[in-house]
Amino acid sequence: MNATGLAVSVQGLRKSYGGVKAVNGIDLGIARGEVFALLGPNGAGKTTTVEILEGYRDRDDGEVSVLGTDPRRGGAAWRARIGIVLQLASDAPELTVAEMVTHFAGFYPSPRRPAEVIDLVGLTDKARSRIHSLSGGQQRRLDVALGLVGDPELLFLDEPTTGFDPAARRAFWEVVHALSGSGVTVLLTTHYLDEAAALADRVAVIRDGVIVAAGSPADLGGRAVAEAVVSWQDDDGTRSERTAEPTRLVASLAASFGGEIPGLTVSRPSLEDVYLDLIGGQR
Amino acid sequence: MNPATSTSIATTTSVNATESSAVSGSRAPLPAVWRIALARGRVELKAFFRERQSVVFILAMPAVMLILLGAIFANEQTGHGVSVGDLYVAGLIGGGVMATSYQNLGISIAFERERFTLKRLRGTPMPPAAYFAGKIIQVIVAAIAETAVLMLIGVLFYHLGLPRSLAVWWTFTWVFLLGVAACSLLGIAASSVPRSAARNGVAVITLPFVVLQFISGVYVPFFLVPSWLQDIAALFPLEWMCRGMRQVFVPHAVALEPGQPWQPGQTALVLSVWVVAGLILCLTTFRWQNKRDR
Repeated sequence: MNATGLAVSVQGLRKSYGGVKAVNGIDLGIARGEVFALLGPNGAGKTTTVEILEGYRDRDDGEVSVLGTDPRRGGAAWRARIGIVLQLASDAPELTVAEMVTHFAGFYPSPRRPAEVIDLVGLTDKARSRIHSLSGGQQRRLDVALGLVGDPELLFLDEPTTGFDPAARRAFWEVVHALSGSGVTVLLTTHYLDEAAALADRVAVIRDGVIVAAGSPADLGGRAVAEAVVSWQDDDGTRSERTAEPTRLVASLAASFGGEIPGLTVSRPSLEDVYLDLIGGQR
Repeated sequence: MNPATSTSIATTTSVNATESSAVSGSRAPLPAVWRIALARGRVELKAFFRERQSVVFILAMPAVMLILLGAIFANEQTGHGVSVGDLYVAGLIGGGVMATSYQNLGISIAFERERFTLKRLRGTPMPPAAYFAGKIIQVIVAAIAETAVLMLIGVLFYHLGLPRSLAVWWTFTWVFLLGVAACSLLGIAASSVPRSAARNGVAVITLPFVVLQFISGVYVPFFLVPSWLQDIAALFPLEWMCRGMRQVFVPHAVALEPGQPWQPGQTALVLSVWVVAGLILCLTTFRWQNKRDR
């Protein structure tokens, strides 16, 4: 079953809610050890797709395999191999961080040590605090600890840093880097471009229930080979030119200016430009 | 090894079996269900007794009502040598059992569903049976604590005589357990009724309970309730629980019982029917997620 080395394989996935096609034919393959980001605006079908993979939702059509098992038939042994970090979960306010993590560890056949997981998400100082006393970012890190404590092969992170301050986001990214370094496959959904760029080996952009582009963050949507825009200043003001050969243009400009080119910039479409283009200017 | 696969058709079961044996070679077995059930019970109890809301609203309320109603009607005699205080002790023990089972579970599970506690648990290998076992442990401990407090108040302030014969304690035990079972199942079923736990969950769950307490002999002695309301009350479990508790704790009030007194056979029958009805309701309506959550 692992001949392909895929942790997640999806073909022709479809799901409608009362005639509305939330997911309309998605194909996905996520390799073991990969960090894969599903990027898209709210309502694009990210959460529906992920919840089908997690076994929370049934599908209308398509083939799905997660760690070699169809999530429809995934039992406790399969659930023990995945970790799920939910959006906006908040519960057990009167338990302490350590009690909660230790309790969840007890569900799994070979969990990680609770203290080690608490340390990994940076909550060691708060281990004895009641959950209701944590800040939003700290609660989110607890959510991650609960998704990790079973020592999963595959971790689902659904919009993990929504509501984080910039420092907390950086700290969280470090946690994900550390995890992926230890061989865990991560499926992340996000609507933050910088997050996808910082974390993911590969990104898929989803819009209206279909994947409109997929690739590494560096060459998503043909970004690496797209025409560059060269701009500079001359007597008429700012000039710019679109070209497939920016180096040649810069060289000829340098020759004509006889050295330094005033106000020179060379730019390719940013990830944001590509993304906004792909989702059709919905934001 | 897991119940979900055992129901699927033979071919997939065998495929899954090969798969899981292929990967489980190096894998430790899943923890035993009873172990997780005990852990759930421990966590449920900690959460319940640490939460001010549940301790005040669920546990302390019947005791406060007993002290209050007993004080207001302290000098009322009903005749037949029965004080109103005695009737209140028995009635509020019945009401207390329903508070710690029906009201407690109805409200807490509605919140657990809304706050994604249930969804999160469903995403782990925790067996669903362990979740319900944990709730049962929590309810039984809370109901025993509640009953003990009410009995203590009764003995200290209302000269309540505790039963001396084993047969009467046996009656207490089965009325208590059948009442806990029926009301717990109804509470689990009722948790799905409110559209939003935060906005109207407490009201939707509590209102029918308050009505039943007025007509079933908890807040108002049963012999004072108009007979058409007594007939309505007799359709629900609380009236039979209170009747059983009066038989146990104030047997000398038999002359005040409307119609046929005690009727233990009828009590067992009505409560058992509610256990079955509650179980069917739970099995058909229980959801791990809000319907509107998508």
